[in-house]
Parts: sequence; structure tokens; C-alpha cells
Amino acid sequence: MEQKRFHSVRLEGDKCRGCTNCLKRCPTEAIRVRGGRAHIIDERCIDCGECIRVCSYHAKVAVTDPLSAISRFKYKIALPAPSLYGQFADLKSISQVLNGLKQMGFDDVFEVARGADVVSRAIRERLKNPDLPRPVISSACPAIVRLIQVRFPDLIDHIVDVRQPMEVAAMIARREFARAHDVNPKDVGCFFISPCPAKVTAIRNPIGHDESAVDGGISVLEIYGLLSSQIRNAPIDLTLEQASDLGVGWARSGGESIAVSPENSMAVDGIENCIRVLEEIEDNRLKGLEFFEGAACTGGCVGGPLNFENNYVARSGIRRLASRDPNPDLNVDNGMMTKYDLYDSKRIMPNSAMKLDDDLMEAMRKMERIEKIYSELPGFDCGSCGSPTCRTFAEDIVQGDATKMDCIHKMKEQLRVMAQQMVNLAQTTRE
Amino acid sequence: MAVILEKNFPVEAGAFTTAGEASTTIKRTLKQLGVNAEVLRRVSVACYEVELNLVIHSLGGTLTLLVDPGKVTLISKDVGPGIPDIEKAMTEGFSTASAEARTLGFGAGMGLPNMKRNASEFDIQSEVGVGTTITMSFALT
Repeated sequence: MEQKRFHSVRLEGDKCRGCTNCLKRCPTEAIRVRGGRAHIIDERCIDCGECIRVCSYHAKVAVTDPLSAISRFKYKIALPAPSLYGQFADLKSISQVLNGLKQMGFDDVFEVARGADVVSRAIRERLKNPDLPRPVISSACPAIVRLIQVRFPDLIDHIVDVRQPMEVAAMIARREFARAHDVNPKDVGCFFISPCPAKVTAIRNPIGHDESAVDGGISVLEIYGLLSSQIRNAPIDLTLEQASDLGVGWARSGGESIAVSPENSMAVDGIENCIRVLEEIEDNRLKGLEFFEGAACTGGCVGGPLNFENNYVARSGIRRLASRDPNPDLNVDNGMMTKYDLYDSKRIMPNSAMKLDDDLMEAMRKMERIEKIYSELPGFDCGSCGSPTCRTFAEDIVQGDATKMDCIHKMKEQLRVMAQQMVNLAQTTRE
Repeated sequence: MAVILEKNFPVEAGAFTTAGEASTTIKRTLKQLGVNAEVLRRVSVACYEVELNLVIHSLGGTLTLLVDPGKVTLISKDVGPGIPDIEKAMTEGFSTASAEARTLGFGAGMGLPNMKRNASEFDIQSEVGVGTTITMSFALT
């Protein structure tokens, strides 16, 4: 049995007005408004954070770890996502951020961009295998991987089986720290500084392996204020800054492709754009494409909903900071490629949340009823019924989660008929 | 009696703006029915090829999806112009695609061979001046 799903993305019910903003934007049709409030369908939610971004009332939130969570461990290591470097407009060097973090109470700081260096090398190796179905799809954005599980189950085999940079960074950071300081690795807590809820969910519910090497996910917004002040007066230890420009480049859309395979790759950002291109991959339209990098957020991880700075500012900041080396190469020592579990240990399974029924016959009967109901609906896709489109409304009716009169247009029609009947009745009784 | 699901999609000749829409809807339908990933992928590839064939080569026609408990069937039926030499048309690399279609990346001459490769059963009937009917089935078990 599958354990109950953890989601970072949650609803704060009392703030929700029951509007249609999130309803219309959810890429997996996972939101319904019922009884004047939004509800998230657990099975379908991929934690992309689109709803957090569009909610005018801040009723959609991401559950992340507070900074105080680090005190659970004797030794604490910060794992900053490279997108964090783009959050400070006047930053002169990456070392400033790393030292600022250390100053906040961490014993060490290990760049997730270093994990990205190792992951890039591992993916380069995988791409040498001609038997992998093309295009090979990046596993970096957990929201995209989950999107594929829900909406593109036939593309699961394309997802590269290399773990995420934060996982690899945590493994290396913990082992190196424990060895250098002669302490028990169990006493070392690794905390990811996250730009998005999707990665926080991936720490609690990893996708291609059972346990995460990361002990917690703290949002960029949670530490932003404190870190801003620390950056100004932290001493500068230059040895913390070790990731290559290619690794740092992973923060923005296209960075991974550059690091992995300079030719025949495609980087797509924004979840709707990713869906369009995944449809084309499914139809085998992108012949000759070797590698597909999809990021749910506009601009890539710099566009994550838990960042402070807007993604365009952050993106150009990253570009500036990741141009230290005129001929950048990955910073990986060979030992890293064999010493750590860089690859997935279990298969990624399809998520059947879109299925109408487990039984094909029953699913076909339901589909027929959906078509019939849909043909009688106005097709405005207004969302007033609480379902995102007329079609999903028809599906919800068939699945027993809505009734036809939830459609205000149907209701008006019905009222008109009833009003006419009343008039007719009144006239006949007068005579 | 066996339950059969039928959906029809008219496809206009030369309508590149809407090309691929029928395939997208068909894929969505099959995913909701829970058709397994392997079959789904083969249907997707064949379905898009056949839909584009209707847009590029035919004078217009209809794409039909049939699902019964044993298989998925796609039928493409057009109103002309018909294929003079089916054997030649089935040859890999042979194409009569227009220059316009080629600039859009079509015309590699892999359409029909690709459909045949992906379908469990493939049948093509054509008469010049009348039209072409392609029937593909994909076994579900």
C-alpha cells in the first residue's frame, strides 16, 4: 500500500474566497471549489506551486521547515540551491552568500551546484547509452517528473535515472564532514535551501528512491531577511565556493542542458510550455532530440515561488555570477562517481489519478456518460461550478462529485423553464 | 453486448493550425480509460502520423477512435485524392509532401511505415479519385 501522500503545497481554508484563479491554472486539474473553498485533490497534486503564485488571497501556502529545525542535529550543513545566489542584486561573489549562510548557525555549507556538477557528469555518461529512449528527460524538476507520472505515463521510461543535485550534494556533504571532523554521520543534518515546494515534497517523498539524504527543506523566503544582513558582515572564506560555472548555471532554464549535452538538447520553462512539448515528444515529433530539460517555473529554478527576487533579475544575476571561467568545465573528481548512490534505486511508477476507473469496461461506460453530459453544457469553462472546465465538470458529475445544477447556466435555464410553467399554471387556474 | 466507445474527429485539409488536436484529445481519452503506457505510446505515434497525413495529403476526412475491451482501433477515412501506388507509398523514404509541408519538417517518407510498425494490425485501402481508408488496431492484452 502506498503511504499517504505528503504535500508541501497546502490550502489555508479561512483565507480562501473560493475564486477561480488557482482552479484555472492547475496543470493537473487537481483543484475544485466546493462549499465556497478550494480543495486540492491529493492524488493529482504535483506540488508545482502554480496555485501559490496566482492566489490573490495568499490562501495557498508551501509547508517548509523553519530555520529552527536545524537544531535537531548536533552538526548542521546548509545546502543552498544555486538559485539562491540570484536573490541579491548587488552580490559581488558567491562566497558572500555561502559565508553569510555559515554565519547563520550552520557548521558548514555545501553548494548544491557541486551536486549538479556530479549529476551533469552522470547524465553525460547515461547519454552515451544508445539504448535509452530519446529524448532522455531530465529528472531535476520534481514537479515535471510528477507531471509525467500523472499526465504522460508513457514517457516515464525517458526520465534519466540520476538523482537530483540536492540528494547528491547531501550525500557528499555528510560523508566529507563526518570524515573531516571525525563525527558520526547520523549527527550531521543536511538542510536544503529551497526555491520551491516541489523539492520540499521530494525530500519527504522521494521519487526514484526510498529515503532522501536531505534532512529538511527551508525556503529561501524563510532565511532571506537574516541572510541579507549576514552577507554584509560575514568574513570571507573562499574555500566554500567550489562549484563550477556549469553547476551554478543549473539555477536557470537551459543551464542543465549546457552542462550535460551541448548539442541536440532543448530547455523548456513554464509548466504549460512543458506540457505542450511533452505532447510533441509523445507523438514522436521531436526526432533527433537527445535531451529534454523541463522546468515547471518560468526561467527555471530562479522562478521558484519561494524565491524573493523576480525570476528575470535572478536569472541575469546568475548569468553574471556564473561567468568566472572563460572555459568552464564540471568540477568533479572521479572518486565521486563511484563512491555515492548517484542513480535511482527504484522504478518511477505511473500515477493513475486521471483514470476514470480501474476497470476498462466501467471506464468506457463513464466516458460515454461524460460525453453526453458535456454535450449539454454551455462550454464557457467559467469555473463557477467549482470545476476548472465544463469537461472536468462532466467528469466530476459522473464520478459523483458534482451535480448538474452546480452549473449556474444550467440552473438559470431551469429557473426560466420553471418560471414559464408558473406563468402557464397561473393562467390556466385564472380561467 | 460489448461496450464500444466511438469518437469521431473531422480533419480539414491543409489546416496546420489545428493539426494534432485530434491526437491530443485521443491521447487524453485513452489515458482516462487507463490504457497501458506501452500501447498508449504506440497509439500516440501512429495517431499523430495519420492525422498529419490527413492534413498534408488528403482533401479532408475523418479520424475515428474505437475502443472495445480487447483493442484500440484508429480509422482514417478521407475523400481523396487516393494513392495510385500503395506499395510505393509504404516504402520508407518515399514522400509526395509539398514544399510547404517539408519546410515544416514533414515529408521524411516515414509516415505510413511508422504507422504500420506501431500498430498491431494495419490495413490500407485506396482508390484514386475516391479516397483512402487506413485501419489500425492496437491490442490491449
